[in-house]
Amino acid sequence: MELVSRVHANNLVKVLKDRPDVYVLSADLTSSCEADLFRDAYPERFISGGIAEQNLVSFAGGLSREGFIPLIHTFGVFIYRRAYDQAAMSVAYPNLPVKFFGFLPGATTPGGATHQAIEDIALMRSLPNMTVIEPGDATEAKGCLELALSINGPVYVRMLRGEIPRLFDASCPMKLDAPRVLSEGTDITLFSSGICTEEAMRATALLGQRGVSVTHVHISTHKPFNNTIIPGLIGPAKYGVITLENHIVTGGLGTAVAEKMAEHKICKKLIKLGLRDTFIHGASRPYLMKKYGLDAMALVNACEELTGSAFDIKEPELESVRIDPVHSQAKPEAL
Amino acid sequence: MKTKKPDELAFEIRRLVLRHTIDSSGGYLSQACSSAEIFGALFGSLLRLNPVEKPLIPRPFPGVPSSTNTEYFRGTEFYGEQSADTDRFILSPTHYSLVLYAALAASSRMDENGLLEFNKDGSSVEMIGAEHSPGMEVMTGSLGQGLSQAAGIAFGRRIKKETGRVIVFMSDGEFQTGMTWETLQFMSHHKLDNLIIITDNNRQQCDGCTESVMSVEPLAGRAAAFGAETVTVDGHDTAAIESAFNTGHKGKPLLLICNTDPCRGVEPLKQNAPKLHYLRFKSKEEKNKYINFYETNFKGGK
Repeated sequence: MELVSRVHANNLVKVLKDRPDVYVLSADLTSSCEADLFRDAYPERFISGGIAEQNLVSFAGGLSREGFIPLIHTFGVFIYRRAYDQAAMSVAYPNLPVKFFGFLPGATTPGGATHQAIEDIALMRSLPNMTVIEPGDATEAKGCLELALSINGPVYVRMLRGEIPRLFDASCPMKLDAPRVLSEGTDITLFSSGICTEEAMRATALLGQRGVSVTHVHISTHKPFNNTIIPGLIGPAKYGVITLENHIVTGGLGTAVAEKMAEHKICKKLIKLGLRDTFIHGASRPYLMKKYGLDAMALVNACEELTGSAFDIKEPELESVRIDPVHSQAKPEAL
Repeated sequence: MKTKKPDELAFEIRRLVLRHTIDSSGGYLSQACSSAEIFGALFGSLLRLNPVEKPLIPRPFPGVPSSTNTEYFRGTEFYGEQSADTDRFILSPTHYSLVLYAALAASSRMDENGLLEFNKDGSSVEMIGAEHSPGMEVMTGSLGQGLSQAAGIAFGRRIKKETGRVIVFMSDGEFQTGMTWETLQFMSHHKLDNLIIITDNNRQQCDGCTESVMSVEPLAGRAAAFGAETVTVDGHDTAAIESAFNTGHKGKPLLLICNTDPCRGVEPLKQNAPKLHYLRFKSKEEKNKYINFYETNFKGGK
């Protein structure tokens, strides 16, 4: 599996080279949010806001009214927890093109509960006018910038940093409200997002070998969540539906899928894997994903529960699964 | 477009708001009493705005902003055409909306009948204005957010080398919230000097006297320590406000602290002190007192 380093850092410099209207704003977390290369390359388009996020968010609203596009860079928690009123009234209400790059989703950081964004999708999804996207690999961590810039309104990006695996071929960039169908099957339909998709791919590879056929859908747009292929993807699942997300299970992907199922009168069992009404703590990503049931093994267990079968899959086997980038999205029409 | 002088405007603002308060059996009257001269100075002399062809009639509520609402408008049409050299006026505490509407009517930017739309269902002349309300430029009213948004606008205008200034009206209570100090710190660090804050220091807030709720003193000293050029004036002296407005503030924002009296010009209000945030008549006798006061002091004009 290819790991790509500092995707956003390099991408900012490249994509914004000829964008004099785009400004990068940081709240004292410039290299932590991979905005340092941009700051050094284009210091005149970099605005330092210090540890003062409420001002930075409302300021960005004002700046965008003058024709500029501010890209706010900080940890997600400091946007939606500390400056939610500002995001709601200074940015979302007036539908302004401010782009929030919120880093450190859930289990990606050992920084503890103060730094781990575990309910950001729920909150940002509930804001009128807000678009919410979440990259799940290096291709999407790159593509999300241009996608966010293409939207004429506020966008919250649940952002990844550091070394990021490539799961999707670089020739298939991220698109708005376009689920990626990674495998097709008739036993179980699985929705995953963010860093959980890599885990899910490990599990589905082995489940396939055990004779379980899974439709695996990667979701990178949490809002809007209106793609008409969704009901058709859930319909055939003989045993039921599973969602897997690095987020609390209320208000995120699991909730969005549940809403779709109810709206379309699809009566099937749904298992929502994710954080179940709990904060988490400071520890490594693998430890947290295992402890809180966000990993491949949690998914295997859920599949066993749905099908009533035991698959005898052990952790070393899951870890050794080779993941090659998926070349292209399955055509929705073909389903 | 006929223009009134600051003191004439102040008289008219007080008259319109008192009349409206009587007609509605309540209202944000003390805000008009304390800030009439500030608004008079702003709309009578200080704000550099283009004229409007004729007093405008407020349009109905256009729906909230969204990617599909092409009918949305802001309240800036009352300021005439915006250009690189015109000022932007941001009202931060929108509990003063009625005062702003009265100032627009008094300065012939809004048709006086527009005030009849105040707080009516489906009207844009909202009680606590939103950005589609007459004279409103941005979404304020969640206290503290006006100054930050204004700083963003000022920053953008500086990049574009525009000569127009950004003028922000604030209440003294807004200096209780941390965000205001974040913004002063930010403007000072980034040397934003195309922005002027004018504060109605009426020492009143919803719960009562600011001194009893949460003191902001020494306000001038605190703001100066955060890097603002600070001038304190008598907020009922329009000449003093105009003069202080021209204080040099190169490389920093200018803060005018206008010391005011929340009962100024409407004596019966004093009986309600220190609960002045919103006036609601408790009896017919009380209302009659205000009617008599209006007949005696305002009916004949200045």
